Order: sequence, then structure tokens, then C-alpha cells
Amino acid sequence: MLAMSHAGYVAAGWGISLTALAAYAIRTVRRGRALARQVPPEDRQWT
Amino acid sequence: MLRDAALIAGKDLRVELRSQVTTQQVAPFAILVLILFGVALDPDRGILSRASSGLFWVAVLFCALLAIQRAFTIEAADGGRDALRLSGLDPAGIFLGKAGAIAVQLVALEVVLAIGVVVMYGVEVTGVPLLVATCGAATAGLAAAGTLYGVLAAGLRVRETLLPILLLPVLAPVLIGATKSFEAALGGVAADGWPWCGLLVAFALAYLAIGTLAFGTLMEET
Amino acid sequence: MTAPYAAGSTSSGTTRILGWLSLAGLALLLAYALVWSPADRAQRDAVRLMYVHVPSAIVAFTACAITTLAAAMWLRRRSEGWWVLGGASAEVGLLFTAMTLLTGSIWGRPTWGTYWDWDPRITSTSLLFVMLVGYLALRRIDNETGDAAQRGSRGAIVGLLLFPNVVVVHYSVDWWRSLHQTATITRLDPTIEGTMLFTLVLGIAVFGLVFAWLLVHRFRVGWLEERIDHSGLDEALVERRAEAGVGAAVGDGGTV
Repeated sequence: MLAMSHAGYVAAGWGISLTALAAYAIRTVRRGRALARQVPPEDRQWT
Repeated sequence: MLRDAALIAGKDLRVELRSQVTTQQVAPFAILVLILFGVALDPDRGILSRASSGLFWVAVLFCALLAIQRAFTIEAADGGRDALRLSGLDPAGIFLGKAGAIAVQLVALEVVLAIGVVVMYGVEVTGVPLLVATCGAATAGLAAAGTLYGVLAAGLRVRETLLPILLLPVLAPVLIGATKSFEAALGGVAADGWPWCGLLVAFALAYLAIGTLAFGTLMEET
Repeated sequence: MTAPYAAGSTSSGTTRILGWLSLAGLALLLAYALVWSPADRAQRDAVRLMYVHVPSAIVAFTACAITTLAAAMWLRRRSEGWWVLGGASAEVGLLFTAMTLLTGSIWGRPTWGTYWDWDPRITSTSLLFVMLVGYLALRRIDNETGDAAQRGSRGAIVGLLLFPNVVVVHYSVDWWRSLHQTATITRLDPTIEGTMLFTLVLGIAVFGLVFAWLLVHRFRVGWLEERIDHSGLDEALVERRAEAGVGAAVGDGGTV
């Protein structure tokens, strides 16, 4: 796979994209957990 | 509705006549922008005259931002906005009136800028009908969209910084259309420019319609 | 202060399914994009970036459409869910717009030789980026000033105009740039077929799942924020009344 042409660019593009997605996902879920503790269960009836 | 519009437009223009903000501050700013472009770009290699259409309209956009901010600042003082809301005037009329006053000031600024561009960038004026039509349509669009987004930003303390990023992307089609139209007129092939003028007219009509419809809702909530 | 309740999160059965499907999909997509699909004739391996760039762009524009739709529904029904959806979609959309610009730019370097080219799509996508930032900034200000009854229309009007503006800007820029007959390599070989086409479609589907997952979570986060905002208001009222010595607290269970 490293014999790929433009390997650096492909890696950078995919790497940054996946990292950004993961970071945003983790941040959102964490925020959700923190906020959920401050709200009574009847106001978050999706589980 | 039109009577209310005339009332508001008249009021705004009278405020301007008395305070002279457009003439004493925004017009000099317009000239300043032209000078800065001249300083930043190489005046000797003809870049200025080739780019003059675009530079003209960018300068108009910057001046429009100031004019729009100003139009709503005068209401903010002394609880003018509440007075407007309670006055019983037709919101659509208020919208058209404010947009009209802004348009008049923009036309005046465009005249100043036009003289500046001809003198400072060495532009030869051809295709005058197209130039005039473009200015009319573009100004209408700028004033309409500007009034709409202006009232959105108006009640907020951060309006000076928020209005530009809200409004300028929306005005990109006006910049594109007006610049292409001017280039066609000044470059001699006016026929190429009229379709762009059409885009400007469509834009203006769309925003005049949206503003007329939406202004009522906005005045209630802000 | 607000009393903590039982631990919870924004997850649910639905999001768990979506989440696992997304992860599996991403793994499959990576396999196809990076290994199993062939390199392009002209672009060679740079084409592999298209499998993240094009799906990102599609998601970004879809998110805009959702924001506009949510704004329209809010203006008609004034229910909080639509307000929250508009903001959630815009924020997730911003992420994907940034990804679109970034991957497009990185793709441009080996293929066009430059990171930036005033190609119509990169220009209008960058304008979209600014529009989303402005919309989110306006919503944040709107949230901080005034109470729930007052705010909303501002953001809703801007949100409503978001997608139409995106469309108008896109076509204006397209028209503008089409006059420049520079030999632009089309972003995707029009004769794309076989494995490459499959990978692209897979990419769009997988990114759609990822978007859905993120949107649901972000929506719920926004929903929780609204609930906390409201309960803060209720508490303030309760405290005010207590201070004024007016009878017993009227609050529901759960407030101090």
C-alpha cells in the first residue's frame, strides 16, 4: 500500500478526515453524558 | 404600504441630511478604499484598469456594510425601534422605506466611486446604458438583502462583526454579476453583460419579495 | 444548583445500531478506497481522496437542506424540536464542509499542482463554510440574549435562506467560472465504472450513516441544553418568588 503514488496526500486526507470525525463524535457523546446528568429522566426518554 | 415606505425613507434621508454621515464619513471611506487598492496593486502595469470593475464593486460592498449598519444604528438610539414597532406602520412599508433610503445613499456612493475609478484607474467609460442598468439592479439587490440581514443583526451588540459574515456570502452573486456586467460594458461587448444584469434583477426581486414578507415577523421578535 | 440525576447519555437503541453499521461501513469503505479499488489512469492514487471528498460534499449540502427545512418548520409550528434540529444540522454540516474543503484542497495538490484553484465548487463551498459559521454565530448570540419567547425568528430567517443562498451562489459561481476555458480536469472521470463507482456509492452511503448518527447525538445534546436552559429559568422564578415571600415554591419535582 505504501507503494501507492501520492501516498502522503492520500494518507493526510483520509487521516485528517477520520480524526476530525472521531474527535467530533467523542466530544458530542461526552457532552451528551455530562448534560444528561443535569436533566430528569422524563425529559430524555430516548433510551 | 407605499405611503408608509415613503414616510420611512423620507425620515431616514432627512436624518442623513442632518447628520451628514454618508457624505462626511462613508464617501471618504470609499475614496480611501480606492486609494488602498491602488497602493496594494501595481498601478503601472495596467492591473488597476483591468481589475477596475471588480475593485469598484468590492468598494461598493464595503460601503454598503457601513450604510446598512448606520441605517439601523439610528433606530437603536432612543428606543426608536420600539417606537417603530408600535407606530402601526405596515412592516412591509418599513422594509421598503429603509431599503429605499439605503439604495439612495448607495447610488450617491456609486457616483463618487465611479468618478474615482475613472480618474484614478484610467478607465474609459463605454456601454453606459448597461452600466446604469447594472447599478440600478445591483443597488436594489444590495439594499433589499442588506436591509433584511441588517434588521437581523440590528438588535445585537455584536452586529458590527456579525453582519459582514452573514451578509457578504449572500451578496456574492451580486458581486459576480455586477463585475461581469461592468467588464462587458467597459470592454465593449455589451451584449455579454445583459444576462448578468438579468441575474441581478432576479436577485433584487427575490430579496424585495422575501424582505416584504418577512419583515413583519422580524420586527415582532427583535 | 441543579441536582444531578441518574447517569445517562444521548445514546439509544437506534444510535447503537447506526453506530455499529457506520463503523462497519467505514471499515469496508477504507478497504475499498485504499486497497481494493484501482488507481485512476490520469490521477493515479489521488483519486482515492475522492471517496471521502465527494461523500463529504453531499452530506454538507444535505445538512444545509435539513437546516433550511427545520427553519421553515419552526416558523410554522414554533416547536422546540425544529429549532434544535436546525442548529444540530448546521454544526454537523460545518464539520463536513470543512472536510470537503480540506480533502478537495489536498487532492488538488498532486492533480492540479496547487492547493487552491478558483474552481466553482471550491469557491462556492468556501462561501458555504462562512455562511454556516455566521448562522451558528447568530444562533449563539440569540441564545444568550432574550428569553425563549423572544429569540428564534432571527436564526430561523437566516436558516431558511441558507439553502436557497447556497444554490444561488453555486450557480452564480459556476456560471462565472464556466467562462474561463481553462482545461480543468473534471473531478471525476465521466467514464467511472466498476469498482470505482461502487466505492463511490459505498462512500456516499456510509457517510450518510455517519451523518445520521452524528445528527441524532448532536440533536439530543441540543435538546438537553434547551431543557437545562428552561429549568434554569424555572429555578430563577422559584427563587424570586421565595425571596418575595410568596407562598410555597411552585416548582415541579427535581428543583431545589
